[in-house]
Amino acid sequence: MAEFWSIYLLPGIIILAQILAIVVPLLLAVAMLTYFERKIMAAMQLRMGPNVVGPFGLLQAFADGAKLFFKETVLPTSANKIVFLIAPMLTFCLSLVAWAVIPFDDGMVVSDINVGILYLFAISSLGVYGIVMAGWASNSKYPFLSALRSAAQMVSYEVSIGFVIITVLLCVGSLNVSDVVRAQAEGVWFFIPLFPMFIIFFISALAETNRHPFDLPEAEAELVAGYQVEYSSMTFALFFLGEYANMILMSGLTAILFLGGWLPPFDIAPFNWIPGPIWFFLKISVLLFVFVWVRATLPRYRYDQLMRLGWKVFLPFSLFWVALTAGVLVAFDLVPQT
Amino acid sequence: MDDLLKEYLPILMFFAVAVGLSIVIVVASMVVVPSHPDAEKLSAYECGFEAFDDARGRFDVRFYLVAILFIVFDLEVAFLFPWAVSLGKIGMLGFWSMMVFLGILTIGFIYEWKKGALEWE
Amino acid sequence: MILQGLTFYLFAAIAVAAATMVVSARNPVHSVLFLILTFFTTAGLFVLIGAEFLAMVLVVVYVGAVAVLFMFVVMMLDINFVEMREGFLQYMPIGVLVGIILLVELLMILGTATMSPEVMAAGTEPIPDLAQRQNTAALGDVIYTKYIYLFQAAGMILLTAMIGAIVLTLRQRPGVRKQVVAKQLARRREDAVELKKVQPGQGI
Repeated sequence: MAEFWSIYLLPGIIILAQILAIVVPLLLAVAMLTYFERKIMAAMQLRMGPNVVGPFGLLQAFADGAKLFFKETVLPTSANKIVFLIAPMLTFCLSLVAWAVIPFDDGMVVSDINVGILYLFAISSLGVYGIVMAGWASNSKYPFLSALRSAAQMVSYEVSIGFVIITVLLCVGSLNVSDVVRAQAEGVWFFIPLFPMFIIFFISALAETNRHPFDLPEAEAELVAGYQVEYSSMTFALFFLGEYANMILMSGLTAILFLGGWLPPFDIAPFNWIPGPIWFFLKISVLLFVFVWVRATLPRYRYDQLMRLGWKVFLPFSLFWVALTAGVLVAFDLVPQT
Repeated sequence: MDDLLKEYLPILMFFAVAVGLSIVIVVASMVVVPSHPDAEKLSAYECGFEAFDDARGRFDVRFYLVAILFIVFDLEVAFLFPWAVSLGKIGMLGFWSMMVFLGILTIGFIYEWKKGALEWE
Repeated sequence: MILQGLTFYLFAAIAVAAATMVVSARNPVHSVLFLILTFFTTAGLFVLIGAEFLAMVLVVVYVGAVAVLFMFVVMMLDINFVEMREGFLQYMPIGVLVGIILLVELLMILGTATMSPEVMAAGTEPIPDLAQRQNTAALGDVIYTKYIYLFQAAGMILLTAMIGAIVLTLRQRPGVRKQVVAKQLARRREDAVELKKVQPGQGI
């Protein structure tokens, strides 16, 4: 019995605690993100933003959540009920499980698998299912159109994200997420040598998360709210949480791939006193601010322009950059030995 | 081998937690909140009038083309992953082998471009 | 070790059950969803035998790309499946006959097949110890150099697939006006507007 305790139960409880230590702050971060998004947008548009619930309106997100919870879950008669309910759950689950391989500091990661980057790539390539299933299961015009658009859009930008990740991997020589950051500790952060890739990755991340200026799937002016039209109550909330958690994930991934993850900008006295997770958090916050900034600033893309940007600009350019990076690394004998 | 699997156990548990959490959230809300269904509420959304017909219809073949091209490029990316990892060991032959592979696919890409498959109308 | 075994049986059971549902589900969309579940559990099985790279690529390529296409087709094509099923009993004898012939052929091939010694030798390529060389790197070490011909052949096949898809699906719609970015950028102010001095009471 003691053996059972030490081999299975104790590690199990530790892992569970680690998972909860990620999931709970993540959901809180999502709540705060929605609040800050509204505040920042309000400031940019010379409005007040939420300021009634709690001090400075800080509890607005929780009030919204509570309100959504006590709303009725509507299941449309024409919908395919099971798929209709699975779709938001899937979106939500995928946005959570990706965090399993994200390192917050050296060694501070739930599961340090060898193929972490591939795992993240795989999870992000599944994001399209939530939307397509929702659009189809709703059996309503707007969600259907939205699902179509979004599937083609996410798929198009997935390719350039793949190529961008490859250029980073060429400089790292390992698929382990922590190794990517460690490689940047020795040299410079990758956004300096791979600056164009950094930009492409960030823009593709905007497209992957269906954010402005690529939010055609939920373009409210033409598609009402896209695939979310038929959703109410907690099913809608799950989509919402999933989308924002994905935004944070994409910012985190950008920080890891290009901005040195948990590393301080300079490894000298005042900077390396601050612990790694805080640096990581700061970098994510800055990137999230850019997400919101872009939303407040740019008008929406037109669909043909969006596809053109993905296939005719990003794809050839990132492909060329893969060849260039590999060529430079081989020519100057800089390839990381693994 | 066991070390390797030990790293995957948290992922499995993470999946379980995520699935459990999402089910709890939805079901709890459904249980707590009284449901008052009526025909109008449960019908598909349309701008002010009844929906004419089933929403699922055929659409432009271009969407399929995008999906097929995506498969091709996704496979290309899949081939690039091990190459990027072991480029240091496979040397010049490995490098040029991949360049030829990419060259072949670039021919395809140029063909696509010239044919106008990437145009969106 | 027990946990590993239990996980294997769990994944294997789900995989088999889901695979059965793929062929027996009434709604084709459900079939595709079960197919995705099958891929997932298979990826889990790959992980259990230490083939990490294969597991992830299975998810990336099959679930992330191929199944998306399937999903597109069954969801969006809006085929009336009840109608398609009507002829099922009528054509069943022919279907069964074809199935039996294929099965017999397969058995005949399996019974007589032998492998050349070189192929057998290739199959026993030693797998590097996982502790020393990662699964992905070990694959990368051989694909691009040792199996270079097969690798290039894969490239050719992908090229064929690309060209084939375009030839089969591309239709030019007449009368569509496309955006030509270069033309838009080349447009100058002088081409578009002209400043005319208009005298009061005269017009142009």
